[in-house]
Amino acid sequence: MSVIGILLILLKTISVVAVFLIHVMFVQYFERKAIGHMQSRLGPMRVGWHGILQPIADSIKLFFKEDIIPASSDKPIFYIAPIIGVIAAVSSLAVIPLWEGFSIANLNVGILYILALSSVGAYSVILGGWASNSKYSFLGGLRSSAQVISYEISMGLSLVGVMMMAGSTNLSDIVSAQDGRWFVIPQIIGFTVFFISALAETNRVPFDLPEAETELVSGFATEYSGMRWALFFMAEYAGMFVMSALAVVCFFGGWSGPGFWIFAYVPPVIWFLIKVYGFIFLYFWIRATLPRYRYDQLMRLGWKIFIPVALANIVITGVVKILWK
Amino acid sequence: MTTPQLFFAYFAVAMTVLSLLVVTRRSPVHSIMWMLVLFIHIAALYLFLNAEFLAAIQIIVYAGAILVLFLFVIMMLNLKKEETAKKYQAQWPVSAGIAIILAAFLVLILGKIVVLPSLGEYSIEAVKTEGIMMTTGKVLYTEFLLPFEIASIVLLVAIIGAVVLAKKRIE
Amino acid sequence: MPGTYIPSDYLPVAIIIIFAALVGLGAVVAGILVRPRRPYAQKLYAYESGNPPVGEPRQKFSVKFYIIAMLFVVFDVEAVFLYPWAVAYDKLGIFGFVEMMLFIFILLIGYVYVWKKGAFEWE
Repeated sequence: MSVIGILLILLKTISVVAVFLIHVMFVQYFERKAIGHMQSRLGPMRVGWHGILQPIADSIKLFFKEDIIPASSDKPIFYIAPIIGVIAAVSSLAVIPLWEGFSIANLNVGILYILALSSVGAYSVILGGWASNSKYSFLGGLRSSAQVISYEISMGLSLVGVMMMAGSTNLSDIVSAQDGRWFVIPQIIGFTVFFISALAETNRVPFDLPEAETELVSGFATEYSGMRWALFFMAEYAGMFVMSALAVVCFFGGWSGPGFWIFAYVPPVIWFLIKVYGFIFLYFWIRATLPRYRYDQLMRLGWKIFIPVALANIVITGVVKILWK
Repeated sequence: MTTPQLFFAYFAVAMTVLSLLVVTRRSPVHSIMWMLVLFIHIAALYLFLNAEFLAAIQIIVYAGAILVLFLFVIMMLNLKKEETAKKYQAQWPVSAGIAIILAAFLVLILGKIVVLPSLGEYSIEAVKTEGIMMTTGKVLYTEFLLPFEIASIVLLVAIIGAVVLAKKRIE
Repeated sequence: MPGTYIPSDYLPVAIIIIFAALVGLGAVVAGILVRPRRPYAQKLYAYESGNPPVGEPRQKFSVKFYIIAMLFVVFDVEAVFLYPWAVAYDKLGIFGFVEMMLFIFILLIGYVYVWKKGAFEWE
């Protein structure tokens, strides 16, 4: 590979990640506004026009905050736990195809790459909770690890149906295989299991038990402050984007849009972003609507309902595919 | 040395160093952290053998599942006493002797490894055109059908074993 | 064999991982000079509603977490077996379907056993 080729890849990667991080920063503003209006409030209004500059103000504030490291914590692990989370969440972006033929890395094992990184990302919360050496953090980390591993199985199984339909784990191939017939219709069971598991994987409401402000005082993040705390949340929101993008790619036709009239002239990446933000909005909508699950309900849902349902989905897909031929 | 060999040299050295770090750390959680890094290196080494699928599995199963199990056990045992205990037990010369003998065997064997002259049906190009998942699927579920079904029995034993081991504690 | 092949498809992956690590490290390291650093004993306590922390935080926890982790390993391996099967499904046809049903059936026995033993109950 030539030097110019490497430089081009470098440029492409850095620009995509930079744009992505800006989206991650501003999605918190979108969340506060969306939930504010759902609760008949206005949300942030002071910084800039309708509070549009709020995320920048927040970032600057966090940057100048003291970085408190508890005396009884395990220092090296306390330092790196949030960074592991950021690495896992941000590098999952590499395989997401933004439009036809454009992804940072077009890997054959695209889905597995994202699953692998999400299992590495789980370490950030477990280790952060353990290293803090605080009761709340320890419980939060423990809960989170059991929750994440339970839902990782149902998430992996729910995507098997998509792999069967597309005959590939390459995300670009999966989008091409849909060709106007989105997999969400034949794979409606798989999609339901996937989306709810994704909520649990990213520790979002109604599965936000690891943080649970009311009982665990932010759980694994209790002892974190300033920029390290911000990194945990950066990882959470980046993870939300990646899961939404995976849902769009696997079930909602990725970058494809309606190809008639004026819509045919809209660039594919816009369609992709519209769909992704649709999912992000759904995340916020759920957060504003649902109460938190209890821990036993959470484990029961994961192990007793989702695993059999996801397996049944695989069997049904297999039978239908044989009969169809 | 060619570039691929340089990469291999890096991984060989790094994996040896990381393995040593895993066994010499005093805190078991630190050992696990180094083991995570070690597993990522192993996965990368699989990539250099054009085994993308194995690399992904190395992370999903080993780093994502087995290491989490280790972490749970360590967190459950709460090894405070062990962390302050002596690093070397009285019988360390015996272990060191056995290790040296095993290492000698390894060195003897290294010279005997025969590299197959041809790569057979599944060369890197052939696998690349078809995709590693497709190739693995086609071979694993036809030629290696019996080992695959036996794997399900082994997994069944593991499930039952896990519950039986912990059964007394559940009740 | 090792030392003959370079997975150039994965160069962007290496780059993005390094770049993400730099973003994470940079965010923390860049502020070192401008951040206040005024620690005192009370500030460095682990949080316990304002009181000095009592007892050992890393307490023993339920063996159920351990069982869940153990079951997770098994089911994760099962899922891994399903991925290449799903991709090659069209090529394997009805034969592949039957063998995977056998595989899933054997594991379902274990699943039902675990369920009946109450490993999924959390009270």
